[in-house]
Amino acid sequence: MTPLLSAAGIRKTYGAHIGCTDVSFDLFPGEVMGIVGESGSGKTTLLNCLAGHLAPDVGEVIFDTRADGPRDTVRMSEPERRMLARTDWAFVHQHAPDGLRMNVSAGGNVGERLMAVGARNYSDIRQQASDWLGRVEIAEDRIDDRPTTFSGGMQQRLQIARNLVTAPRLVFMDEPTGGLDVSVQARLLDLLRGLVRDMGLSAVIVTHDLAVVRLLADRLMVMKDGHVTETGLTDQVLDDPQAPYTQLLVSSVLQV
Amino acid sequence: MTDYNFAYLDEQTKRMIRRAILKGLAIPGYQVPFASREMPMPYGWGTGGVQVSAAALTPDDTLKVIDQGADDTTNAVSIRAFFQRTADIATTTRTADATVIQTRHRIPEEPLRDDQILVYQVPIPEPLRFLEPRETETRKMHSLEEYGLMHVKLYEDIARHGHIATAYAYPVRIEGRYVMDPSPIPKFDNPKMEMAAIQLFGAGREQRIYALPPYTKVVSLDFEDHPFDASKAPHRCGLCGSEHSYLDEVITDDAGGRMFVCSDTDYCEARRAAGYVGRDAA
Amino acid sequence: MIEIENVSKSFTLHNQGGAMIEVMRNATLTVEPGECVALVGPSGAGKSTLMRMIYGNYLAASGAIRVGGLDVVQAAPREVLALRRDTLGYVSQFLRVVPRVPTLDVVAEPLLAVGRDAETARNRAKELLGRLNIPDALWGLSPTTFSGGEQQRVNIARGFAYDYPALLLDEPTASLDHTNRAVVLSLVKEAKARGAALVGIFHDTPARAEVCDREVDLSAFVSRDAA
Repeated sequence: MTPLLSAAGIRKTYGAHIGCTDVSFDLFPGEVMGIVGESGSGKTTLLNCLAGHLAPDVGEVIFDTRADGPRDTVRMSEPERRMLARTDWAFVHQHAPDGLRMNVSAGGNVGERLMAVGARNYSDIRQQASDWLGRVEIAEDRIDDRPTTFSGGMQQRLQIARNLVTAPRLVFMDEPTGGLDVSVQARLLDLLRGLVRDMGLSAVIVTHDLAVVRLLADRLMVMKDGHVTETGLTDQVLDDPQAPYTQLLVSSVLQV
Repeated sequence: MTDYNFAYLDEQTKRMIRRAILKGLAIPGYQVPFASREMPMPYGWGTGGVQVSAAALTPDDTLKVIDQGADDTTNAVSIRAFFQRTADIATTTRTADATVIQTRHRIPEEPLRDDQILVYQVPIPEPLRFLEPRETETRKMHSLEEYGLMHVKLYEDIARHGHIATAYAYPVRIEGRYVMDPSPIPKFDNPKMEMAAIQLFGAGREQRIYALPPYTKVVSLDFEDHPFDASKAPHRCGLCGSEHSYLDEVITDDAGGRMFVCSDTDYCEARRAAGYVGRDAA
Repeated sequence: MIEIENVSKSFTLHNQGGAMIEVMRNATLTVEPGECVALVGPSGAGKSTLMRMIYGNYLAASGAIRVGGLDVVQAAPREVLALRRDTLGYVSQFLRVVPRVPTLDVVAEPLLAVGRDAETARNRAKELLGRLNIPDALWGLSPTTFSGGEQQRVNIARGFAYDYPALLLDEPTASLDHTNRAVVLSLVKEAKARGAALVGIFHDTPARAEVCDREVDLSAFVSRDAA
């Protein structure tokens, strides 16, 4: 079976400082990969290299495109990469306003990707936007309100709807629950879990929160100082950590 | 006479502007950056249009200048005088007699010919500016044809007002490629943009020139279920009785009295000279 | 169905001076379809550890663990994930609770994962919850606030919702009263009857005797050198 995303030898340095190095993995359709690490581990650099926001110094990121089969997205032209980012990929930012248009209504935010790929019927667009707001548990009567009037959790859910409306096959998430209240986090995680399962999404989720990966990720990569120190099934890495750093990380988590 | 070079600008500047114009004509609707000069009028008063006209004019041309359709407003009068003084060319108020027409915010009612040039004064050339403030992003969007955001703007209009509320500067798609701001002409004028004349657009403050060769395809953006409507006030001209021209609303007294008159003064005059009479004609 | 061959396991505690604890060495056993094998031995003999290794939750240091032909020790992550979805079930001692998901959906999930439609999945979930005496008033609630015994019964219902060809049971009758204990034991027997291979840990000796066909004492695989 062809991997949906295949990272090979990704390396990104900033002068003498290693952002991330020697990262390789295959992600198959329907799999969720978590990348955990503390600040400075390189997980965000890696995510940005995978998602096309940064060009790695070395390595390939091969995505199985719908039209042309496996293509190295690092070497793709910018228009192609941007098109991919609007259709088959999604990126959920930690800070929701980074992934939203704050001066556009909720309906406009969700409809934008549809309009970007040629949707030209207002009622259809509005209906789809409305459906999606329902799926992310935002009251439909908020469809004409701007995200500036939404709470943090609602903004994050709107960002998710905006990203998923074109049914992308791969979702990148950067600390999707970061900065949210605990109860809000729980709701969001549950929503994400359901959507990932219902839509058969593959995802790469970067987080420092082990509870998030326990809940959402099938597989886990642990990073420290730019290197992958351990990788495997999430439950195996968390329950039977092999590497010293992983053991430290797991034992440091406070039990409630 | 004076010590001015023909049409005020030096020859090198005019060459630079003409190059920009040629590039604009070669890529209809694409905003060509140009080195806008300091002109003897402030930004916001038509410096872009003036520079384009200055580069396009030859000593044999006849110039008409209109401002919101009228030849007799302060701005139209000033600019016409400017060119009379610096280029010593013939001027006219009659659309049919002009070879170069500089306009602020209107297209003349009378259809233009293939030996005429229409020069528009443009305040903000970038149609995406209000939704995407970054120039770096809008340039990318144009080059990559990423125009979803333009429809978002129209979507927002319909969501807020029930219909596309944009009444002027209504965005258009040129030859199926570039999205362009036609300058703040009323949407009523959009269909006229498919014409026999050359259309040149100059934005002095923003330093951009764009152009449409004759018979270019110009399509106003819309939705399938909210199609573009080139509407105007549902009245006739009070002076000449015209039903088909764009109208200005004129307040006549303090009691709410008003009348509607053709915005295109030359058009109205010509109709009246031909014997048409409106309801409010004195 | 399940073949364990020369499996060894030790834990190295890097953050506690590198202390190494060898739990088992060269464990070997097989489980055929239709039989239930009990893992026995004193505390620390590695019963739960072995069960978790079969499931892929713990890494075996060496050896092979074949479930339905797939060697879990060598398999790629997605193969193990597919195995857990289609072939191998695991009823652990604790229900990992996800807030907000109703009990009915918790139990139906394994069936949805293999592609059954929502209605069939829910009906089966209801059937099991009914047998395990979870009142239907609780079906729409998340198990977060249930008692230990109720959570365990939800866990069991979830484990038996889909007819796994192989099933691992870690103390399935713990915290259950007499009635529910009997229900669980019938579920085990039904699974055996349909040809599933089961591995169980039962401290409940009579339960073990009732459903298990044989016992494997894991202290046989503990290293002689271990203290």
